[in-house]
Amino acid sequence: MTSGPDNIEQQSPEQTPSSEAAPSPLVAALQREHPEWVGEVIVAFGETTIVVPRENIVDACLFLKTSPETRFDFLSDICGVDRGVEEEPRFEVNYHLFSTTKYHRVRLKVVLNEEDTHVPSVTGIWRTANWHERETFDLFGVIFDGHPDLRRILLPDDWQGHALRKDFPLRGYEPYSLK
Amino acid sequence: MGLENVIAEALPEVLTTRLDSLINWARKSSLWPATFGLACCAIEMMNATSSRNDLARFGSEVFRASPRQADVMIVSGRVSRKMAPVLRRIYDQMPEPKWVISMGACATSGGVFDNYAIVQGVDKIVPVDVYIPGCPPRPEMLIHAVMMLQDKVSKESVRDRRDIPEEEAREAVVPGTLPITDGSTAQQDTLPESRPYTIASRHERRRST
Amino acid sequence: MSSTTIPPQFEIVDRPLDTQMTLSMGPQHPSTHGVLRLELVLDGEMVVKATPDIGYLHTGMEKLFEYKKYQQGIVITDRMDYLNPLGNNLAYVMAGEKLLGLEIPERAQTIRVLMCELQRIASHLVWLGTHALDIGAMTVFFYCFREREKILNLIEAASGGRLTPSYFRIGGLMMDLPAGFENRCKQFLDYFPSALDEFHKLLSGNKIFQRRTQGIGRISAEDAIDWGLSGPCLRGSGINLDIRRANPYSGYEKYDFEVPTEPDGDVWARYMVRMREMKESHNISTQALSRLQPGPIKADAPKVVLPDREAMKSHMDALIHHFLIVAEGFDVPAGEVYHPIEASKGELGVYMRSDGGPKPNRVHFRGPSFVNLSALPVMSEGEMVADIVAIIGSLDIVLGEIDR
Repeated sequence: MTSGPDNIEQQSPEQTPSSEAAPSPLVAALQREHPEWVGEVIVAFGETTIVVPRENIVDACLFLKTSPETRFDFLSDICGVDRGVEEEPRFEVNYHLFSTTKYHRVRLKVVLNEEDTHVPSVTGIWRTANWHERETFDLFGVIFDGHPDLRRILLPDDWQGHALRKDFPLRGYEPYSLK
Repeated sequence: MGLENVIAEALPEVLTTRLDSLINWARKSSLWPATFGLACCAIEMMNATSSRNDLARFGSEVFRASPRQADVMIVSGRVSRKMAPVLRRIYDQMPEPKWVISMGACATSGGVFDNYAIVQGVDKIVPVDVYIPGCPPRPEMLIHAVMMLQDKVSKESVRDRRDIPEEEAREAVVPGTLPITDGSTAQQDTLPESRPYTIASRHERRRST
Repeated sequence: MSSTTIPPQFEIVDRPLDTQMTLSMGPQHPSTHGVLRLELVLDGEMVVKATPDIGYLHTGMEKLFEYKKYQQGIVITDRMDYLNPLGNNLAYVMAGEKLLGLEIPERAQTIRVLMCELQRIASHLVWLGTHALDIGAMTVFFYCFREREKILNLIEAASGGRLTPSYFRIGGLMMDLPAGFENRCKQFLDYFPSALDEFHKLLSGNKIFQRRTQGIGRISAEDAIDWGLSGPCLRGSGINLDIRRANPYSGYEKYDFEVPTEPDGDVWARYMVRMREMKESHNISTQALSRLQPGPIKADAPKVVLPDREAMKSHMDALIHHFLIVAEGFDVPAGEVYHPIEASKGELGVYMRSDGGPKPNRVHFRGPSFVNLSALPVMSEGEMVADIVAIIGSLDIVLGEIDR
């Protein structure tokens, strides 16, 4: 009565977390110019993920935006993830980049520990990051240094806690009452 | 021959009726809703006012944007915690007589969303007269609810409705509130205030006293 | 007034010596298309600054996804962008299929394209009705909803729900199309161009409508990309970008359609882009309808996809699979995907992350309206208050998608 994985593993593409050679041309330019910014490259499910150390995220984003090979001028999404209360590092911030001219996509990932959840903000590179970072701050508590206006966006302004963390209960702490 | 001529010839010059019947007939035939569309149910409410299912036939001719000019508030959609004080404020701004229809599962009881962000039922905030289930309810169900509200209005008495100051309205136990169920069975005693809110017809009221 | 506590964002800031006034275009407003609050700083009739304040419909859907199995999550996606529920379903379902590595059969892909394009027409009809209603043309509202009823009848015939169909499943469709659907769909598609002509006659040549929309709410192409606009808002500024062409999915590369763009970047340009998009959607639907061939509608993965009812009633292994899938869910391999689709509002992306169990670890929806609304301050500086209503209408926002 084991569930699924036998059937499905044969169909899914290879997952090769490789850090030696960059199999994808998206990462080639970054690896060539600034290999110290590339932590790990994961190619899985047809997507490329680059793990970038926290201090270099702004430089890496700027490079990827301006480099003529990659031209990632469109920031699709910034998504925070809470891996779990016991995990170390606990939080992740994923940046999904897209190129409007070359139509390719890449994901940059920054991993954070629970004690130190500060990340430099990329609002200077793409102004759309403003609201995405506010949402990640609101739901996870990740603080973006250099953000012009970091305050809660979805939850009420006087809300205590960060709702999408795994230790925040689904139903909240108390039912709503008018008083 | 016009209708007025027919009436003038068939009926006597003076009609007698109860004051309640006349006032209730006027009130129920012109229930003007306040626009309080929040989410998906709002789209079904818009469908109910459009030409296929026409809510204006039943007196809800216009949806007033200002609550000061509205009679009934159709809460359609999920009420989040940030929106709840706004909802109460709009309700308080409506002048008496006012009614509330809670449209959809989310307004009635939280619906699919049993979590931190949604108020589990708008009757925790305002007194509700008609509940409509469904996610989203069909426009025909909204029309049926308006008709049920009209039945309810026709059974009221003018003496029931007075202007209540705002603090008193908030402090009083909200009629129609379901008891808070957080899994504990301790508070299951039936206080008179926690019974569902019904308006007895004049017959029943006379009989009880 | 009484002594009730006013929430802090509604405090009236009274500075009598200022020429500027702060006005809260509050969450309950007939023209904000939902519970959106705008803080307008006004200098007379002119808007100096417009700041959106969202969160009045925050539903915590992303947290709910983590507590529900993958199938159960499809129901929640309907309520997100409630004008385009099939698009939400499709994005979620395709992200799951990407993680599982499933091959979707041809008929399922064609039906998905057909339903998504019909849904796109329905969503644009609501946009047109409410946008025109805000600008003052009330007749268009009733006409649009009348056409929309026909599409809702079709969607209800296929899936059972008008506004919340949940028609797609991970691995295919919920059920096959009912008998007679193709004839009814063809009837609607034959009739629809005349309705579109009627809308053009009512609005496009109307001087008042043109004066109220041309030159209002301009945004340049570079600003549009910088602010992350997508969909008709981006194409209205001249950028030819459509996810159906850039990263094709579900067989879109086989269809022959144009991507309409307009160079100006104002409200009128976005209006014309959406009108032309309705025509293109009609085009794609007609092609999809003509391509329908009989075939399977679910992928061949017995541990993920529910079996047929007849097979379930007669074969033991189908019964066991059915029970396991419904009761325990299926395990999805660990990993993360980001799958974008072209919804009616723009780029709807789903980030799905699994750690090997039957429930996802994180599901995040990149709502196009969320990003489109963030560009409102840029579009509305220097416009009049009455134009703000037109600009919001042209952005085509849905608060369910913004607040999730």
